[in-house]
Amino acid sequence: MTGNLLEIRDLHKRYGDVEVLKGVDCTMAQGDVISIIGSSGSGKTTMLRCINMLEEFQGGSIRIDGEDIGYETVGGTRRRKKEKEIARQRAMTGMAFQQFNLFPHMSAAENVMLGLVKVKKMNRDEARGVAEKWLDRVGLAERRDRFPGQLSGGQQQRVAIARAIAMNPKLMLFDEVTSALDPELVNEVLQVIKDLARDGMSMLLVTHEMRFAYEVSSRVIFMNQGRIGEEGNPREMFLKPQTERLAEFLKTSTFN
Amino acid sequence: MGYTLNFSAVWRSFDQLLWGLGLSLGLAFVAIAIGCVIGLVTAFGLLSKQAFLRRLAQVYVTIIRNTPILVLVLFTFFAMPQMGIRLGKIESFVATLSIYSGAYLAEVFRGGLLAVPNGLKEAGLAIGLTQAQIRSSIVIPLMLRNVLPSLSSTMISLFKDTSLAAAIAVPELTFEARKINVESFRVIETWMVTSMLYVATCSVLAALLRRLEKRMSIPR
Amino acid sequence: MELVAFLETLWLARIPILKGIGVTVSISLLAILVGTVLGIGVGLALTYGKGPVRWLVRGYTDFIRGTPVLVLVLASYYVLGTVGIDLGPFQAGVLALAVFCSSHVGEIVRGALQSIPKGQTEAAKAIGLTFPQTFAYVLGPQALRQVLPAWVNTAAEMVKASTLLSIIGVAELLLRTQELISRTFMSLEFYLFAGFLYFVINYGIERFGKYVERKTSIPS
Repeated sequence: MTGNLLEIRDLHKRYGDVEVLKGVDCTMAQGDVISIIGSSGSGKTTMLRCINMLEEFQGGSIRIDGEDIGYETVGGTRRRKKEKEIARQRAMTGMAFQQFNLFPHMSAAENVMLGLVKVKKMNRDEARGVAEKWLDRVGLAERRDRFPGQLSGGQQQRVAIARAIAMNPKLMLFDEVTSALDPELVNEVLQVIKDLARDGMSMLLVTHEMRFAYEVSSRVIFMNQGRIGEEGNPREMFLKPQTERLAEFLKTSTFN
Repeated sequence: MGYTLNFSAVWRSFDQLLWGLGLSLGLAFVAIAIGCVIGLVTAFGLLSKQAFLRRLAQVYVTIIRNTPILVLVLFTFFAMPQMGIRLGKIESFVATLSIYSGAYLAEVFRGGLLAVPNGLKEAGLAIGLTQAQIRSSIVIPLMLRNVLPSLSSTMISLFKDTSLAAAIAVPELTFEARKINVESFRVIETWMVTSMLYVATCSVLAALLRRLEKRMSIPR
Repeated sequence: MELVAFLETLWLARIPILKGIGVTVSISLLAILVGTVLGIGVGLALTYGKGPVRWLVRGYTDFIRGTPVLVLVLASYYVLGTVGIDLGPFQAGVLALAVFCSSHVGEIVRGALQSIPKGQTEAAKAIGLTFPQTFAYVLGPQALRQVLPAWVNTAAEMVKASTLLSIIGVAELLLRTQELISRTFMSLEFYLFAGFLYFVINYGIERFGKYVERKTSIPS
């Protein structure tokens, strides 16, 4: 065992007849911040969602801290793990979504507390303390009793990030978290992510914000048609793309 | 259990059931037609700027919607003669169902009218149309398209309400079914067939109305 | 219409009328309770059921909803006795109403559950909740708020439908009213009175529903 945080080997995924992931490999160490870029349909979001089993995958393996995610091989046959087991594994990662997906019937604090109380089995007072700490971290301490309907998009996304991080995940997954935001609200969210990266959080980000990917990532992965097209250091990749495809892609995206 | 299914008795009387179904459809058709007129007028009343008309319409709709239809049917047939209004069974039921339909259809039409953007009425005024012309050429046609799905389900519901006519011995489908049931004792068969006739008719009506919806929809 | 004579007669008849109201209330409550519990099961089956289960339940709801309530009541009354299940008219009637209620509640529940965005389930999964937990803390509460208005409407429908049991001889309010009319000939007065009582009950339910909606609404 290499002791890597995340190991993806030969990941294959199909939607019906269409193969969306055609053998993806990826390794990630603790503290890595990796941005995944690519055009829509390239499979980048799908790959992210396989990591926390929001999508099933038919071939290959995903390991977090050496533990097989979602499927196991028992006596030669590949088998899906039990639902309870998968739920436990999902708590090892945290995910922030493009559409925030905050629970509208709960306040910001209650949104953050739900996982702490029901999954981590904390008592309510302890959970409240943790929730308040993380809401403060993302700059929303005074809004902790507000409901999602009373918050702006940027505020909602920050609560969503707090909700994920409060669970103390080994790995944070960000799925295009600024794509649904008005331009003036994007920066407050990016700032939160930058701070988390600086504090050593391991992260995988699917993003369109090229400048941000350039500034924050230790590595960039360019996905193309279900495979990894190119991978490397952001400075090299963006300024000196090795492949046609990546060069094309960078031309059409907003990067200076 | 000792009950063997025997459809022959029902089969023999099947034509009675069909006549009954025909009457049910007839009652529904007339009552809904009248109800649509009443409903449309009431809908405009509900949205009227004049408080008196609005109140009147609201009272009508609220009373009807909160009263059981059976009470209305019995009232019209048995109580109204005391006020001097004596109607035959069928006329009485059609009158009741029309007024009943009007209240429910009014709500449907009101929703549809509200969904027509004000800007369109203003555009009509700008090219010099009168209020009446705006209503007939712009508002009502658009409203009808908006409203077809709810209208369909309301109409089908009203068709099922024709079964209430059985309470005053109008020979529609439910009344005929009960007669056959009592005469033949073939209870399961009778009610199975009757129920299936209603379900089938509702399906056909729904399909026809969906076709109409498609025909009337604005090409995109 | 002799108001004083009517009020005197009303006072003399207070016991049967009160009994009738009691029976109406118990029919309605039982039908709503049983119907809602069944209906939640139906709704869950329609939303989460696998192939054959969902198919079966779909067939059940389509059949029930395509049949007039009166037919369900009559069928229940006549058929159950024959099949050996000896229920009185009260139980048979309540059963029919409960079944009718369940098909409506089922549709309402299905609609509410299916309208919750998939992202909610995904977010719940992402923090490690199991499906039962997701349903209890995320989906259920949201669905509950959504079904409330339509459910209150269905409850009011049940009160109105309780009148149909008079046709199979259950001594609820409408039948009691008819008995009084046959003795006093005060047709107009008593039908108006019965209508008024039903109106008050239904209007009360409507108001109560709006109150509950306000109390449980999410601040925005």
